[in-house]
Amino acid sequence: MNEVAIGKQRWALGIVGFFALISVTTYAYNEYYIYLSAYLWFGFIYGMCLQYGRFCFASAFRDLFAVGVPRMVVGIMISVILFALVSAFVTATGISTFHSSPASIHSVIAGLIFGIGMVFAGGCASGSLYKTGEGNGSALLVILSISITQSSFVDVGGWANKFVPASWHESAMAKGLPDRINVGDGWVDQYLAGYVWDQPISTFAEILGFTNETFAGAYIGNVLIGVVLPALLLLSVVYVLWSKKGYIKELKKQGKTYSIADSLAGFWRMVVSSKRTAIAGLILGVACGLQMFVIEGLRIKFGIRNAGEILQRVGSDFGLSARGTVFDPGYWYVTTQEAQWVGWVLQKLGWENTDNIFFGYINGIPNPALNPADWMSLALIGGAAVMALLSNEFKFKKPTKELAVWAITGGFLMGIGSRLGLGCNVGGFFVRVANGDPAGWLFGIGMIGGAFIGVKFFNWWTERQMAKEMAAFDL
Amino acid sequence: MAIKFEKKGDGVYMLDCMGYVCPHPQIYTKKALEKIQDGEILEVVFDNPSSSESIAAMCDNSGIEIVEKNNENGKIIYKIKKG
Repeated sequence: MNEVAIGKQRWALGIVGFFALISVTTYAYNEYYIYLSAYLWFGFIYGMCLQYGRFCFASAFRDLFAVGVPRMVVGIMISVILFALVSAFVTATGISTFHSSPASIHSVIAGLIFGIGMVFAGGCASGSLYKTGEGNGSALLVILSISITQSSFVDVGGWANKFVPASWHESAMAKGLPDRINVGDGWVDQYLAGYVWDQPISTFAEILGFTNETFAGAYIGNVLIGVVLPALLLLSVVYVLWSKKGYIKELKKQGKTYSIADSLAGFWRMVVSSKRTAIAGLILGVACGLQMFVIEGLRIKFGIRNAGEILQRVGSDFGLSARGTVFDPGYWYVTTQEAQWVGWVLQKLGWENTDNIFFGYINGIPNPALNPADWMSLALIGGAAVMALLSNEFKFKKPTKELAVWAITGGFLMGIGSRLGLGCNVGGFFVRVANGDPAGWLFGIGMIGGAFIGVKFFNWWTERQMAKEMAAFDL
Repeated sequence: MAIKFEKKGDGVYMLDCMGYVCPHPQIYTKKALEKIQDGEILEVVFDNPSSSESIAAMCDNSGIEIVEKNNENGKIIYKIKKG
């Protein structure tokens, strides 16, 4: 092993030691900090898995449409099925932290905008976090762009109110929100309270007449009907359109012909074609389900329903929402905490942003140093860095002007999409789908459409660049 | 900085995607492979780890062989033989 590799291993050890030190010292100071540490270590596991499997939701349909590679669609479907199986157990026992989201066309539109953004940015919201852990400066720019866009977008009022339909305004005003929330001023406020909150909320279990907190509801309604069957259908389409041809080619090389019986073997070949992605998907899925279990267990232990109570108990009540809460999903999430830390900074700089629904009524803007979800995201970057350092893949990369433009534009679109869809590829799609929420699939359909449009644009751009570069060759 | 495409020798081309992030390396690799002839070699140089998995899967799916893989402290070099 060369000196560079040894140096990188030392850095990896240092990062693990740093997080361990945070966990131990904060726990020694006050036992409530274990709640934040639980988020931290799950984030760390997510980071390691994402980096190991090059697990990026952006590449799922982008690479399928752009270069015909189905590995990431497969990885995500494996992961979502595993996550669904574990979280169904948590749901059936009645201690799930998950809440369904309103479902309507807004989820598809949000997914579409987000999908275009993630192709432009070169990574989804979670992918940009793990790539930042690899030392990628463009990914860091994407995170900054998503964060600033979201925190500004949720507070834009004034001129933007002109674009609010009267029906949204009336409905929002009738919601009886606290005086602290100026619901009549703000496009997102009126979109949320006047439109999104009026949309139906359900799960596949409830649509089929089951109760979520039963074995039949959780496993038949949410897992089988809501996840396994659509995932298998999606994978079958991907196999027929993108993977089957390669398998037939391979059989021909061996002097064999393709028969219907080979379909299953070909399908399995596609599933295991990228072991790294499949393994990462498997571990991610189980870890995501376990996080719900662990967080709810800690809530029961401390007798709380939300981390806002923990912050009050440790003496930090700054940035709590009007309901005394802070963002505390109880599962993997990415974008809301990104909006929060910028929101906190802007608030400190004098921007009054606690009168909107997003910060003031739902999520709060706690100090990032005490925000459980921020601990998760920072540890995700750390986990990815450790994995990249151990596999000699860590490298600081400054973005070029071209990449910076892609990153900022993509991050902007992802920021808008995630706020319209109440989540990103993780909170808006992955977690929802795994928990039987139809809104997750709607967001996913939008993301696929967005990836398609993004790839079309990207192909046009790269074709131009390539033509310039190859002009000197007779190819 | 931009991508670089060079002829290194008879039937051997080099595509330099250093500094580029997803999806640039895999898309440029696909486009370069479409341009060169069967039997020719494309040497792709990149430093975006995520692209390595996508390029390998793309070649595997299209029946194209990666004859050599190297990682020199984060600088990844794939030699791909078309055909």
